[in-house]
Amino acid sequence: MAESLGTTGLILNEPLLWEKGKKGRSAFSLPRRDVESTPLDEELTGDGPDFPDLSEIDVVRHYTRLSQWNFCVDAGMYPLGSCTMKYNPKINEKYAALKGFAGAHPMLPPALSQGTLRLMFEMERLLAEITGMDAVTLQPAAGAQGELAGMLLIHAYQQSKDMDRSKIIVPDTAHGTNPASAALCGYRPVPVKSNQNGILSLEAVYEVMDEDTAGIMITNPNTLGLFEENIKAITELVHSKGGQVYCDGANMNAIMGMVHMGQTGIDVLHLNLHKTFSAPHGGGGPGSGPVCVRRHLEPFLPVPRIIEENGNFTFSEDFSDSIGKLHAFYGNFGVIIKAYSYIRAMGPQGLKKASQLAVLNANYVMEQLKGVFHLPYEKPCMHECVFSDKFQRAGKVTTLDMAKRLMDFGFHPPTIYFPLIVDGAIMIEPTETESREEIDLFIEACKTVADEAEKDPDLIRNSPQKCKVKRMDETAAARRPCLAG
Amino acid sequence: MKEISELNLPEDLGYTEDHEWIRVEGHEAAVGLTDYAQDQLGDIVFVELPRPGDVLGKGEEFGTVESVKAVAELYMPVGGEVLAVNTTLEDSPGLVNTNPHTDGWIIRIKQSDPDQLDILMNRKTYLKMLEGVA
Amino acid sequence: MRYLPHTDEDIASMLRVVGADTLDDLFSTIPDDCRRPRDLDIPSALTEWELNDLMDALSNSVAAPPEYKLFLGAGRYDHFIPASLTHLLGRSEFVTPYTPYQPEMSQGTLQAIYEYQTLAARLLGMETSNASLYDGASALAEALLMAIRITRRKKVAVSSLIHPYYRRVVQTYLEPTGLKMVELPYLENGRTDLSRLDRIDDLAAVAVQSPNFFGCIEDLAAVGEKSREKDCLFVSSFTEPLAYGLLKNPGSQGADIACGEGQSLGIPKWFGGPGLGMFASKMKYVRSIPGRLVGKSTDKDGKNGFVLTLATREQHIRREKATSNICTNNSLCALAAAMYMASLGGTGIRELAKLNHDKSEYLKQALEEAGFKITFKSPTFNEFVVESPPNFETTYERLLEKKIVAGLPLTPYYPELTGKYLMCVTETKTKEEMDELVEELRN
Repeated sequence: MAESLGTTGLILNEPLLWEKGKKGRSAFSLPRRDVESTPLDEELTGDGPDFPDLSEIDVVRHYTRLSQWNFCVDAGMYPLGSCTMKYNPKINEKYAALKGFAGAHPMLPPALSQGTLRLMFEMERLLAEITGMDAVTLQPAAGAQGELAGMLLIHAYQQSKDMDRSKIIVPDTAHGTNPASAALCGYRPVPVKSNQNGILSLEAVYEVMDEDTAGIMITNPNTLGLFEENIKAITELVHSKGGQVYCDGANMNAIMGMVHMGQTGIDVLHLNLHKTFSAPHGGGGPGSGPVCVRRHLEPFLPVPRIIEENGNFTFSEDFSDSIGKLHAFYGNFGVIIKAYSYIRAMGPQGLKKASQLAVLNANYVMEQLKGVFHLPYEKPCMHECVFSDKFQRAGKVTTLDMAKRLMDFGFHPPTIYFPLIVDGAIMIEPTETESREEIDLFIEACKTVADEAEKDPDLIRNSPQKCKVKRMDETAAARRPCLAG
Repeated sequence: MKEISELNLPEDLGYTEDHEWIRVEGHEAAVGLTDYAQDQLGDIVFVELPRPGDVLGKGEEFGTVESVKAVAELYMPVGGEVLAVNTTLEDSPGLVNTNPHTDGWIIRIKQSDPDQLDILMNRKTYLKMLEGVA
Repeated sequence: MRYLPHTDEDIASMLRVVGADTLDDLFSTIPDDCRRPRDLDIPSALTEWELNDLMDALSNSVAAPPEYKLFLGAGRYDHFIPASLTHLLGRSEFVTPYTPYQPEMSQGTLQAIYEYQTLAARLLGMETSNASLYDGASALAEALLMAIRITRRKKVAVSSLIHPYYRRVVQTYLEPTGLKMVELPYLENGRTDLSRLDRIDDLAAVAVQSPNFFGCIEDLAAVGEKSREKDCLFVSSFTEPLAYGLLKNPGSQGADIACGEGQSLGIPKWFGGPGLGMFASKMKYVRSIPGRLVGKSTDKDGKNGFVLTLATREQHIRREKATSNICTNNSLCALAAAMYMASLGGTGIRELAKLNHDKSEYLKQALEEAGFKITFKSPTFNEFVVESPPNFETTYERLLEKKIVAGLPLTPYYPELTGKYLMCVTETKTKEEMDELVEELRN
């Protein structure tokens, strides 16, 4: 094969912060003391925290060294299924840091916040058009909070109709967040199995949908990377029994400009701006999880809502049916800026092309790796494809082993052991921003790993070899948790 | 993971579909997790124990065992009162892996209805069930 | 499009491999009635240079420091952020990875979060901290839900001096499952009236914020005592963690859970988000904590390293029985807070907290001398409530024109406090600016 991306180079050891400092150092330019000291009641004062004192160079070296122990999208392909690790445009970071945005105070009178309000107002309209839904809230701070918002909306809507329902249908392919979010609303999740083609059948939903069921939570495209082809019939069925349809839009990256989500009959949809709309993942956050709804749910959206009057923007609390507030202020504006800038840079053709190429890349990977890994659902996929370790398990090499070995070749492993319905799942989402050459290298690496699994399983079981640490002992960490130094 | 033939399942235990075992000693009994279940879960990192004195029916949840990436509920093989819990598991949950049928016992109970024992599986039937699963 | 690397040739050859003629063919599984009838009706793509102009125009129509002088806090604070922090935080290796699921390639984020957990626990005087939640409001809601799980009771008491928006978020989280929030009134001195607790039974938790919404420092030890009396959890909330550089921390006063907003620790105001939901508790409750946790461990060669741990509490494993539905932490914001705390150090955070306190005391005294009444007599940190003379609205508007925001009118949040303003002073305000404000108010 071509020369592997993965190599080793010099990285530096770095102790914990508090193993470094020396009393009297400082990395902070303290503002001038231009007022006198005023004593505070001793009853109220404490000793202050035990932090190490460091100089600016100490802090800079510390975090620079730490950063070099991370893999990231800017360094290479990160095909983590369901997470949409696409390239994060650099210009968006610059916009988020603009003085007027970064320095905007949320409690300013609206007349002084027109720029932030306009951006959010326009963003709501853009997301409504992209999804084909009617109204949008930007308040949820992440996808999971968007799900909770969706559940709360359904709950409030049904309460307003004197419908008190206790169950919610959740397919076996769903993220664990779905049942967890439903439980926060007091709903008991009722599982429903997908069919042999990996999607939901109308019959399966028919069997569990009853008058005590609030509705269904569907991820579409689902976590097997397949479009729920029966979605329209399912939404009609659920509606006919008084239920509502929640759609987890985590995989929206596959269908922008192609699918009209409103037309599929769903009532609520959440988006992940950090997946579909290129805001960076930040090592686990912050994200942003806007929720889009059909007209009948609009009165229940969180407050405050942004309204426009003669070209001026202001907040309104005047929605008596609202589910209330979900966020201390109005959502993760700092993330919304980046997604807004992405949409404006892409335009309608760009977004559509992004989805098309995301699907092309995933199908290309699927085609090239089928036969190398076991492919449980053999049909064209959307933005991601799901394999399993069935071929390798005979030689006692697992998905985990192969994931670790991929690191040595310079790739972040795919999502593993999810979705749960595929034993030993390997879920690959290349995203549209990987070039053919990059993907070919990844495919080459996967083939090499599969080959090694047969010929030299011990090598795989002892991987990774080139990372800062060898395989970590997660058992010891959980048996005796040490969460602070 | 172990092949079925590699499992160590004592003859003198009763087994349940949820992979608990029970060792009857008069009116009392010890209850734990089978070799098969501990092997499937992997390294056990935490065992959530009931309180002695709790009275639970057959099939009721009496605790959970956790590995790094899974949680399994534990169900009463027969109804009864919890007499004692294996507090050594608090510090050494790994005993459930290394000695599942002896030192890794989880609770001791006083059975409320000895007749319930009759419907438990013996080693042979349990193995047969596992072969069906695998 | 510069973000998409495919040439037409690439597309053609890849289509051949997958056996499709056109890109549209890849979407053959999508039923016709789900397809978009026409193209997206959104504005055409902008070049980077056009986008620069648009974003500049939007951001320029917001009143922001340093051009504007904000004497405004109420849960979002104006603090200096060192350039070194902004620089480090912008490193690709921190910005563009995801949650550290694969510890071997994520040791940087993992060690940084472990350090954040440690510094946060030290600041709050607690035994353990999680890797962070969304913001102070949801952290409070999660804390109360955790107390409800632990005690198996269905009612919580919440001080009316907790940020009004936080209380509304709590309400949103509790309402659908029939959980109850009782509000504790406040006293004339600007502290929470704890005597109301004597008449409430079966409480899962008592929650108090200190410094509270009026800037007053609560008697946390008394809350701790009261909650032990009621055999419930003591949840100590905050919006200004910098205060604990100077004040007694929640842990030392008996808090079971300390939670709040960490924006003050190196995070821009950003119109209210993202922020940092700080969440710390006693170790004995660790298995009930919501959110991610990073723990120390070793690799197979015995070398020290870090991993995500106790994941069985979380939604991806325990599903509907999880301690929360949260998936991520606010990792990059937690990292900013860790960098900020590291930059200040123990010596620096004390000096900075003292400076904040002293500056706000200076303005408080200057206003009092100018004839303004300070509404609440309890000691305060950074913020205090001041009474305005009649017709103050016009003065407030006049000051806005001079690019001074003279505090927050309290009427919308506490109707009984009409004509009273919440003022905020941090280290970013100079003596001259405060003198100017007083001078303007006097006129």
